[in-house]
Amino acid sequence: MRGMLAIYQRELLILRKRFFRQLASMSVSPLLYLLAFGFGMGQGVRVGVHSYLEFLIPGLVAMNSMMQAFAIASEINIARFYWHIFEEFQAAPIRNISYVTGEVLAGITRALFSTALILLIAALSGVVVSYNFYFWFAVALNGFVFASLAVGLAMLVKSHSDQALLTNFFITPMAFLGGTFFPVDTMPVWVQHILHFLPLTHASKAIRAAAFGYPPDFSSYLLLALLGAVFFVLAFHWVNRARE
Amino acid sequence: MIRFENLRKRYKQVEALKGVSLQVGEGELFSYLGPNGSGKTTTIKILTGLAVPSAGDAWLHGFHVEKESLQAKRQCGLVSQNINLDNELTVGENLHLHGKLFQMPRKERVQRICELLEYVEIADRMDSPVKSLSGGMKKRVMIARALMHSPRILFLDEPTTGLDPAIRRRIWSLVKSIQRSGATIFLTTHYIEEAEFLADRVAFLNEGTIVTLDTPQNLMEGLGTWALDRVADGGMETLFFRDREEANRHIAAHEGSFSLRHVNLEDVFISLTGKKVMT
Repeated sequence: MRGMLAIYQRELLILRKRFFRQLASMSVSPLLYLLAFGFGMGQGVRVGVHSYLEFLIPGLVAMNSMMQAFAIASEINIARFYWHIFEEFQAAPIRNISYVTGEVLAGITRALFSTALILLIAALSGVVVSYNFYFWFAVALNGFVFASLAVGLAMLVKSHSDQALLTNFFITPMAFLGGTFFPVDTMPVWVQHILHFLPLTHASKAIRAAAFGYPPDFSSYLLLALLGAVFFVLAFHWVNRARE
Repeated sequence: MIRFENLRKRYKQVEALKGVSLQVGEGELFSYLGPNGSGKTTTIKILTGLAVPSAGDAWLHGFHVEKESLQAKRQCGLVSQNINLDNELTVGENLHLHGKLFQMPRKERVQRICELLEYVEIADRMDSPVKSLSGGMKKRVMIARALMHSPRILFLDEPTTGLDPAIRRRIWSLVKSIQRSGATIFLTTHYIEEAEFLADRVAFLNEGTIVTLDTPQNLMEGLGTWALDRVADGGMETLFFRDREEANRHIAAHEGSFSLRHVNLEDVFISLTGKKVMT
């Protein structure tokens, strides 16, 4: 427990030290998407009964929380390959599960923090959606899935450039195709089948439904929780593989 | 006490350790001497839990490093070859993090940090960011960090590499004083004079095998007391003599350019392996 807290507090301390840089980095891409797609292309477009801007905000929350949770992988890689601080964790009497839990919690914290930032930007743009328990729960689950995946993959990669490759091939396509910018159910059926394999599609669905105040579809929550648990277990096993 | 038996480590095609066995007594300052790539760091990585042995067993104060890894890790502190401080944090924050990882209560951490920073003579840099420190200061912070949880064994992996001679001497006296406090020290180095000055016993490691093990004095006396270097046929030839007179008689009887000096551990290593330690 104390080992987990030490890992988590270290990540929070670094987040605090880089607060303004982090704030800027977390808000740049959602702000650009909001301007380009929300105010630019989406002006006057409606998705069902909602304006495109209302549709877009929960999508941006899903996308940004995924990216911020996954960004914990970069932090771990910097600790491993540049500063060699990972050795300090490996040589400490802490269990692998403490290490993984601490890092995953840090990823979830980043996801929640980036969500709060988007909601602030949205509020300033005049868009207010429902921020109920299910909304935050879905964001946290999304963070859990991608932070667990990030910790696991960070243990497998051999260099920082491998990590960038994973982001380019998996995270970036998912960011665009996971129901963030357009409704998945307007796509051809075969595309919909493929997109339903993406965890972000389910996260977007759950976050958007909660944001619009619709009754939650628990299957999405369950799926995210299961997937997160699988990635978490894998991360736990892969920490050992990071030893030489 | 450190003990390992038949320790082997293979990295793909390379066998870094070829079945080494060793025992280091409590309170001993033991030096592992060898050229780069001889397996020194690999041994330390296995003993401190950073690497998994391909075969063999190791114990730290009776705790098996693989089967009782948490207890084994509590016994030791590690000063790595690379600077591995958290660059974004201050000196104090780095030490606090270490203390937290070793489950030290806050009050104890605060007290220990003050003591240790005094001990390594950088008490005034507690709130300085690590990135603002010189290389020598960073090494001293790493030593302080490794001592935070009062380990019974301290592993020093080439602690003075890249440091200037004055800082190196300062770290040597620090290492000696740590040993006087009762800790067992396992030091790897490729600096001959470091091992000669510090070590109670020395093991020479070459290509993953221990080639000899004894006190520096015994190892050097095995060759003689005086070494006579002579440049011959474009290469260097070294002859060893029990006393100075014998060496002088040799110089008088032969032509050429000679240089007389005391035998050192480098001579021992070369005589055993045909290589220099510093490669």
